[in-house]
Amino acid sequence: MSEAPDRRPDGVERVALFVTCVGELVEPDVPVAAVRVLRAAGCDVDVPEGQTCCGQPAWNSGFTADAARVAGTSLDALERAVADGADAVVVPAGSCATMIRLYWPQLFSLAGDEAASARARALGERVWELTELLDALPDDRLGLGSVAPCAAVYHQSCHMLRELHVAEQPEALLARVDGCDVAEWAAADQCCGFGGTFSVKLPEASVAMADEKLDVLPDGTEVIVGADASCLMQLRTRAGARGMQVRTEHIAQVLERALPDDGGADT
Amino acid sequence: MTNEWPLRSSTLRERTATAVDDPVLRANVGAATDRFRTKRTSALARLHDPDALRSAARGVRGDILADWAATLELLADNVQANGGHVCWAPTGADANDYIASVARRIGASTVVKSKSMATEETGLNEALAAAGCDTVETDLGEWIIQLAEEHPSHIIAPAVHKNRDQVADTFEAKAGMTERVTEPTELVAFARRELRRRFLEADLGITGANLGVAETGSVVLVTNEGNARMVTSMPRVHIAVMGAERIARTWDQADLVLGLLAKSGTGQALSSYTTVLSGPRGEDEADGPDEFHLVILDNGRSDIAGTEFAEMLNCIRCGSCLNVCPVYHQTGGHAYGWVYSGPMGAVLTPLLASQTGHGPGEDHHVGELANASTLCGACMEACPVEIPLQDLLLGLRRRNAEHAGLAERSMWRAWAAAWSRPGAYGASATVATKARRLAPLLGRLPGGSRWTDGRDLPDLPARTFRQRWDAGDV
Repeated sequence: MSEAPDRRPDGVERVALFVTCVGELVEPDVPVAAVRVLRAAGCDVDVPEGQTCCGQPAWNSGFTADAARVAGTSLDALERAVADGADAVVVPAGSCATMIRLYWPQLFSLAGDEAASARARALGERVWELTELLDALPDDRLGLGSVAPCAAVYHQSCHMLRELHVAEQPEALLARVDGCDVAEWAAADQCCGFGGTFSVKLPEASVAMADEKLDVLPDGTEVIVGADASCLMQLRTRAGARGMQVRTEHIAQVLERALPDDGGADT
Repeated sequence: MTNEWPLRSSTLRERTATAVDDPVLRANVGAATDRFRTKRTSALARLHDPDALRSAARGVRGDILADWAATLELLADNVQANGGHVCWAPTGADANDYIASVARRIGASTVVKSKSMATEETGLNEALAAAGCDTVETDLGEWIIQLAEEHPSHIIAPAVHKNRDQVADTFEAKAGMTERVTEPTELVAFARRELRRRFLEADLGITGANLGVAETGSVVLVTNEGNARMVTSMPRVHIAVMGAERIARTWDQADLVLGLLAKSGTGQALSSYTTVLSGPRGEDEADGPDEFHLVILDNGRSDIAGTEFAEMLNCIRCGSCLNVCPVYHQTGGHAYGWVYSGPMGAVLTPLLASQTGHGPGEDHHVGELANASTLCGACMEACPVEIPLQDLLLGLRRRNAEHAGLAERSMWRAWAAAWSRPGAYGASATVATKARRLAPLLGRLPGGSRWTDGRDLPDLPARTFRQRWDAGDV
C-alpha cells in the first residue's frame, strides 16, 4: 500500500468528521468525544450531511456493487465538505479510515466507476484517522491534562496497524494524559476476533480469539483502550459474558476526559 | 482431490467449532505456532533489511513464473540430460498412475516417503496401497499421523496438533511400542529404530521437492531430520513429486528463496539439511539411486496463472502465514478440511478445487474457506514473497458472492438501498434506538445466537449521534 502523501497538519483548521455507522448507531459517545477533542485542538468541526457508512461490511463480504452504492453516498457527502473548505476528513475508527483511504479507489474501480475511483483517490489524501491527525498537530494545539487514575492497556486494531500503519500515535497521545497508566499487553497487536461478519459466521473461533487476548490482560487492568469501537464492542461483550470487570473506552473518550476544562462534556 | 476429506462432508463452522472446543488441541497448536513465530522474528531480525529481501523474492518469483513454461522445459531437459526421467502430470490421478506403474515395473513392495504435501494432494498413499505397496512415511511428523490415520495439520509440521503424550499413545497403539516413553528424545529414538529397518527394506523412495532448479536440472529438498537423504539414496529408485510452480531458473534465484524459506518457516538460518539432487547415481559415484524420476504436478496450477489470483503461485510453502494467523492459532489445520491450511490454504484450496470442477457455485463448502479470516493482515505482513493474501481472500469472497443464494443477495441489496439514501439511513438509525428495549429478543432471532452465545448484546444508545448533533448537544 502506498504511504500517505505529503500531509501538513499545521494548516488543518476546518475538519469534516466521518461519524461511521457504528458511531452513529451503537457508540455515539465516540464521535461526540472526537468532535470535542478536535475542537479543543482548535479545529472547526463540521459533520457533513448525507454521509452514511463506508461500505466495508458489504466489501468484506464480496458484494462490490452494494458496497460501492453505499460508499458512493458517503463519498459525495465528504467531497462536498472538502469543496466547502474542509482541510481534512477525520475518521474516529482505524478500520473505516483504512477502507476510505486504501480500499475505496479499488472498490469503485471494480464496480466499474473509474471516475468515482479517481475522486476517492483524491479524497483519500485528505483523510486522517483521528489519532493520526491529533498526534501530528503541534503539541501546543491540543492541551491534555489528567484523568482519574486508571490501569489501562491499548488494543492495536488490525487495519490501522498493518495497513494504515498508524501504530505509535495512539499511545503517544495517551502518554500525554496524566493518570492513564498504559501497561504492556502481550496480546496488544493480536486480532480481537471481530472481523465484521466473521464474528457471526464463525462465532466459536471469534469468541476464542477474544478470549486469547482477555486471558493475558495484565492483573488489575481496568480499561481496554482502542481506536476502533467495533473491536472494543467485541472485547467488551465477551468480557461481560465471562463476568470480567474490565471496561472498554475509545481513545477519543479518554482524550475528552483529559481536556483541561473537560470540553463541556455532558456524559 | 480425494473425497474422504472433511472439506466435503462438513461446514467450516462445524469444523472450527469442534477444534475450538478441544483445549488440548488449542494448547498444542498455540505453543507450536508461538515458538515458530518467535524464532521467525529473531531470524529475520538478524537480516540487514528483511523487507527488501521479501520484496526481491516477490520480484524473483514473479520473474520465474512470467517465463514459467520455458523454465519448466529447461528443467525437464536438464533432468533428462542428467539421466533422469520426467513425467508431466496434468492431474493428481496422472501422477499417481505414473508412480504406481514405476512401482509395479520394479516390483516394489516397500515404499519409503519423505514429507510431501503434493502427494497429500494427490492421495498417493491410497493409490500405492491399491497397487499393493506397503508405504511408510519417514518424516517423524508424517509417520505419526500416518500411524494415527490422520491428515497433516500444518504444511511444515504435520503433527503439530499432537503433544508428546498423544504421540506416545499412537506409538503404543499402532507401532508396537511396548515400553511407554514420553520424552521427545526417547520418542525420536524409537521412531528412528523402527524407520531404519524400513529404509533398508525399501525398493522405492518418494520425496516432494522444495524447488526445482532449471539451469542444472536439480531438485532441492529442505529437511531437518535427514530422512530425505535416506529416502533418496538407499532405495534403487527415487521419484520426486514437484508442484509445477516450485521452480527457479538459476541458482541465484534459488539462493534467495531458500534463504527466506527456512527463516520464515522454522526461524532457522538454513534447515539442518538442504539436499541438492541432480539425476541418478553417476558411473563414478558411490551413492544414489539407479533411477531418478521427476513428476511435475499441475493439478489445476496452470489455470491460476493469468488470473487475479496468480500471485498464489509464488507461495514457497514456508508456513509462516499459518504461524501468525489468529484463526489458525485457535483451530489448527484440520478445521480447514483439506491438505493446505491457514491463510495460504484458505486461498489455494478453493483455487485448486475450482479447477477440478468444484467451484464456489458447485460446492459451497470449498468456497467458504475464504471466510476463515478476519482480514487482520498478519499473513500479508509475514509472507516472505509478499503474497497479498488478504486481497486474494477478498477476491475469493467476491467470487463467492456471484454465486450467493437469493436470500444473501437480497439482504445486501436491501442494505445498500437503505444506506445509500441518507434519509433512510437516518430512519434506520432511529429505529435502532427505538428497538433498544427489544434488544434482548435479538438473541432469540434465527441466527441471533451466533452473537449471543458467548457474548453480551451491546447496549444501544437512547439517541443517535445525528440526533444529538442536530439538537446542539455536541
